[in-house]
Amino acid sequence: MSETLHISLGRRYHFAASHRLHTTKLSEEENNRVFGKCNNPYGHGHNYTLEVRFSGPVDHATGMIANIADLDAFVNERVIEPFDHRSLQDEVPAFRHAVPTTENLCVEIFQRLKTFPVATLEAVRVEETSNNSFEYGGN
Amino acid sequence: MVYLTRKLEFSASHLYHSPALSAEENRRVFGKCNNPHGHGHNYTLEVTIAGEPDPVTGMVLDLKELKGILDREITQRMDHRFLNYEVAELKNQIPTCENVARVIWNLLEPKIPQGHLHRVRLYESADLFAECYRDGARGIAR
Repeated sequence: MSETLHISLGRRYHFAASHRLHTTKLSEEENNRVFGKCNNPYGHGHNYTLEVRFSGPVDHATGMIANIADLDAFVNERVIEPFDHRSLQDEVPAFRHAVPTTENLCVEIFQRLKTFPVATLEAVRVEETSNNSFEYGGN
Repeated sequence: MVYLTRKLEFSASHLYHSPALSAEENRRVFGKCNNPHGHGHNYTLEVTIAGEPDPVTGMVLDLKELKGILDREITQRMDHRFLNYEVAELKNQIPTCENVARVIWNLLEPKIPQGHLHRVRLYESADLFAECYRDGARGIAR
C-alpha cells in the first residue's frame, strides 16, 4: 500500500450534566410529543462520556502527537469545567437557543476543541448513555 | 467490503525517557511516566481486517488464523514484557501509545494473508488510545 500511515490519539473524559429537550419553535403539545420524557420541565441528567481524537505528526523526541497533560488541561478548561455538574440549557450559552440534544452537544464541543494548538481535532464522540452515542467530525 | 475486528489484551511495562532531552526536561515532559523503574498497563488491542467474504467459507479471514497471527506477532512479543528493553522494534523509540500502535501496525500488515489490515487501535487504559490506518481508509468503519 502506498498511502501514508495515519496515526491519531484518542482520549476519553467524563462529565455529568442535566438537560431538558424543549424548543420555543413548537407548541407545548408538540414539544411533549416530539421529546417525550426528555421534555420534563424539571430536566434530567446523564453521565456523559466524551471521546476526542486528534491527529498530527508523532514528535520524534517525545514519541507523542500531543502531551496528554496539555490535552487534559485544554479539554478541562474548555469543556469539563463549564459542563460538569451544570444544567446545559441554563448554563451553557450555546444551548439558550439550541436544543441540548447530544447531536448539538457534539457540535458545540467540536467548536470548543478545534483550536487545540498542538494537533488537529478529527472527531468528537459523545456517549449520552452506554447505549446512545453521537459523533461529529466538523462537517 | 466487510470489516472484521478481533480484540486481545496484554500486560506490559514501559517508561518514557528521551536521550535527546536533559534529565530535568525528561521529568517535565513525561512526568510520572519518566520513573526509571518503569510502570505497567493492561493494554487492549483492536485489530480490524477489511475484505470481501470468501464465497465458499463466508469469511473475510479465518478467525483461528488471525488469532494465531496475533498470538505470534503481538502476545508472544509483548505480553508480560518490558517494552523498552525486550521488544527490539521499540528499542530506539519511546514506547508511547502512538509508537506502540505503529510498531503493531508494521508487524501485522505484512502477515495478513487474506483481506488487508484496516485499523489498529491500542488502548493503554480505558481512557487513552492511539490508532493507525491508511489515509485512504479515513472515516470508514471507525
